[in-house]
Amino acid sequence: MYKLGIDVGGTNTDAVLIDERLHVAASVKQPTTKDVYSGILDAVRAVLAESGVNPSEIRQAMLGTTQCTNAIVERKGLADIGILRIGAPASLGIVPMVDWAEDLKHIAVETATIGGGFEYDGKELAPFDEEAAKNFFLRLRDKNVKSVAISCVFSTVRNDHELAAAKLCREIMGEDVHVSVSSEIGSMGLIERENATILNAALYHVAESFTEGFARSLEDEGIVNADIYLSQNDGTLMTMEYARRYPILTIACGPTNSIRGACYLSSLKNAVVVDVGGTTTDLGVIQNGFPRESGVAVTIGGVRTNFRMPDVISIGLGGGSIVRETDDGSVRVGPDSVGYQITEKALVFGGDVCTATDIAVRLGLTRLGDKSKVAHLSDDFAKKALAAITELVEDSLDAMKVSRDDVDLILVGGGSIILPEKLAGARTVSKPESGGVANAIGSAISKVSGNYEKLIDYLTLPREEALAQAKAEAIELAVEAGALRETVEIIDVEDVPLQYYPGNTNRVKVKAAGDLK
Amino acid sequence: MRKLGISEIEDIALGAALLGAGGGGDPYVGKLVAIGAVQECGPVTLLDPDEVPDDALIVPIAMMGAPTVLSEKAIGGKEYQTLYDTVSTFYGKPIYAFMPIEAGGVNSMLPIAAAARLGLPLVDCDGMGRAFPELQMVTFTIGGGSATPMALVDEKGNSCIFRTITNKWTEELARAVTMACGGSVSVSLFSMEGAFMKKYGVKGIVTRSQTLGSAIRQVKEASQRTPEEEFLRITEGIRLFKGKISDVLREVRAGFNFGKVLLDGIGDYRGQSAYVEFQNENLSAVVEGKILATTPDLICLVDTETFQPVPTDALKYRKRVMVVGLSCFPLWRTKEGLELVGPRYFGINTDYIPLEERGGNQNV
Repeated sequence: MYKLGIDVGGTNTDAVLIDERLHVAASVKQPTTKDVYSGILDAVRAVLAESGVNPSEIRQAMLGTTQCTNAIVERKGLADIGILRIGAPASLGIVPMVDWAEDLKHIAVETATIGGGFEYDGKELAPFDEEAAKNFFLRLRDKNVKSVAISCVFSTVRNDHELAAAKLCREIMGEDVHVSVSSEIGSMGLIERENATILNAALYHVAESFTEGFARSLEDEGIVNADIYLSQNDGTLMTMEYARRYPILTIACGPTNSIRGACYLSSLKNAVVVDVGGTTTDLGVIQNGFPRESGVAVTIGGVRTNFRMPDVISIGLGGGSIVRETDDGSVRVGPDSVGYQITEKALVFGGDVCTATDIAVRLGLTRLGDKSKVAHLSDDFAKKALAAITELVEDSLDAMKVSRDDVDLILVGGGSIILPEKLAGARTVSKPESGGVANAIGSAISKVSGNYEKLIDYLTLPREEALAQAKAEAIELAVEAGALRETVEIIDVEDVPLQYYPGNTNRVKVKAAGDLK
Repeated sequence: MRKLGISEIEDIALGAALLGAGGGGDPYVGKLVAIGAVQECGPVTLLDPDEVPDDALIVPIAMMGAPTVLSEKAIGGKEYQTLYDTVSTFYGKPIYAFMPIEAGGVNSMLPIAAAARLGLPLVDCDGMGRAFPELQMVTFTIGGGSATPMALVDEKGNSCIFRTITNKWTEELARAVTMACGGSVSVSLFSMEGAFMKKYGVKGIVTRSQTLGSAIRQVKEASQRTPEEEFLRITEGIRLFKGKISDVLREVRAGFNFGKVLLDGIGDYRGQSAYVEFQNENLSAVVEGKILATTPDLICLVDTETFQPVPTDALKYRKRVMVVGLSCFPLWRTKEGLELVGPRYFGINTDYIPLEERGGNQNV
């Protein structure tokens, strides 16, 4: 039995095969193609050829893809949708998509804000206006719209009105209509949650085509016994069916996968991961085996959302970064890079551009290409360049730390050869084998999760009971997403007291994750 | 007299967030409320205070309640008509113009929305020139003005107007009404005549916010100076410290965010340490054990790269900030002003000494 992990990045499509004991059997890197599909096909073929594994022995296949991000950023393949907000008389002062770019706004065929919604304590703000909802869905049906985004004021506290609207929507527009419901997608903050829901609704075409394309490419290569999963941006997996319903959750899964892969390869549960590519280096934090989430609002293609994203910083440093001496005698590294042309342009490969990789070879950090071609670089120049590289990484490492204490560091990615063994702020530095394809490994070993969030007054429901209830809810959500019940663990609990609320109201967030069924 | 459209609103929101001195809430929802109103009803006329007749009724507009509730319910849009009707009926005369009560993320934006929706002008004036945590902390209190009659309305159409005997009662009643209405309400308070506004108000505050916002946006385009020098020049700010946040201590007490942020020096300040204490807004800045600024002068934390203001609720370990002091409105430096908002009122055991005399690094 084997697992197949695939990660489609901007430059490369990586594939790995992992055996039952979770050892890497084979790994390959292939260029990402414009149509994505043939790049995946190439990578799958190559990894099968390298390993000699019989395709029928592959039982699970996991894909991490950037297609949803690209679709939003490039405004390509987005579907026409209807947007329904429940919450009048509240929220009318801000119409949906009020600050969206004009070239994205046109995806909304019809928009309506109707009566309903809740107060912070779950009291009804206004009765759900069923008539208005019906009329809205009838109009959408007449216009042949196939996807609807539904949001509601305080639906993170009570989702009854959203669910009632979703039911009506299916009754009127048919069972094949795609309904995106905000309480299942975002957290507190109506506008950001609604934005994420709208994007989710608009992505249904894209999601259908890549889930089908992935399934087809696997089938074409004889991988017929595998369950197929997609990577989410919180480091867990979802089923194909779930991915078709929540494509927005695949956004930014790339950095997440490399963080998770690095965590697995190094066996560390708490560490900072430094993923050095050809042009950029991403730094992320692993906490209890999962990527730390960003605390700030995340903007995708100019749209502000509030759903979970890994906290990653990117710097312009990679194996291909160009190294040059400035007028005052100091040495600068990057941010420009020779990128994928490194095998032609770097000195050690016979080119004429001095790159960070050349410095690493000159100083003996790695053996690569022709060492004699960098012998002319002066010791002083090389050492200054390495100092500049070290400082760039140490500064960012410092910025990612949560406390003054030194941290364990995991170096992955093809470009990690340019870094020294010792870095200030790092207690230990590990460079795991197969670190070059950490992202595909991360995708292959992911778990499935459930997230639960609610405002709870601890005076009405004591904290212990409240947390127990929230944990049970999160576990159910994880099982619903495909986790094996007996392996589900609570991986994160957070309760934040809210000022201005009466009693002792807290925002409770719980996350559970478990192994795949 | 001039017009405020969407690009002006963007700049005002950014500049007012700086003047919020750490408080004033997240400008995002406030900005959308203002932009939404202007998109629907057209630009707002901004009046210079001197263009307002002495006997005109001028009404400050604000919101009360939890920022998280505002971020879910936003604004219904009809609140401002209800406020207008309630207040003008009470006084038996029409409202001439609205104005903001404070500069800060949310409350600098909502009066623009109110003015747009009712087609009334907005006066370029407020009662703080920054943000403060308590209701009575406005220049109008020095002039003998009263927060009440205060009107409160919710998005459902409920409204009330009340008079109280003390500011404490005003807080109590307003809080009770706010909670009953679902956690956030639109309010009018310190309604006044034009002459009083001109005598005690902080004039030109909307324009100042806009100038600051536009400058922060363009600070990196300066060619003669570094972005930091340019930022300090435009804000007329005094650089007090640059550092990395090493810890944030917080406590919620009686509806206020109390806390202290600790900083380790970076750049020119490497090896030094500093801290800033806050109660919603920043109260004091202490570098190497020496007080360099206290309320009512403005103590602002800005990102060292983007110069975007960092509010107290967004303070996070590892963030790099510059601490900048800005001089407060002169009326705050009088005996009456310092009784209301001076360091001792907030429990800081020092006399007020103006920022410029305390010896932070001078303007470049």
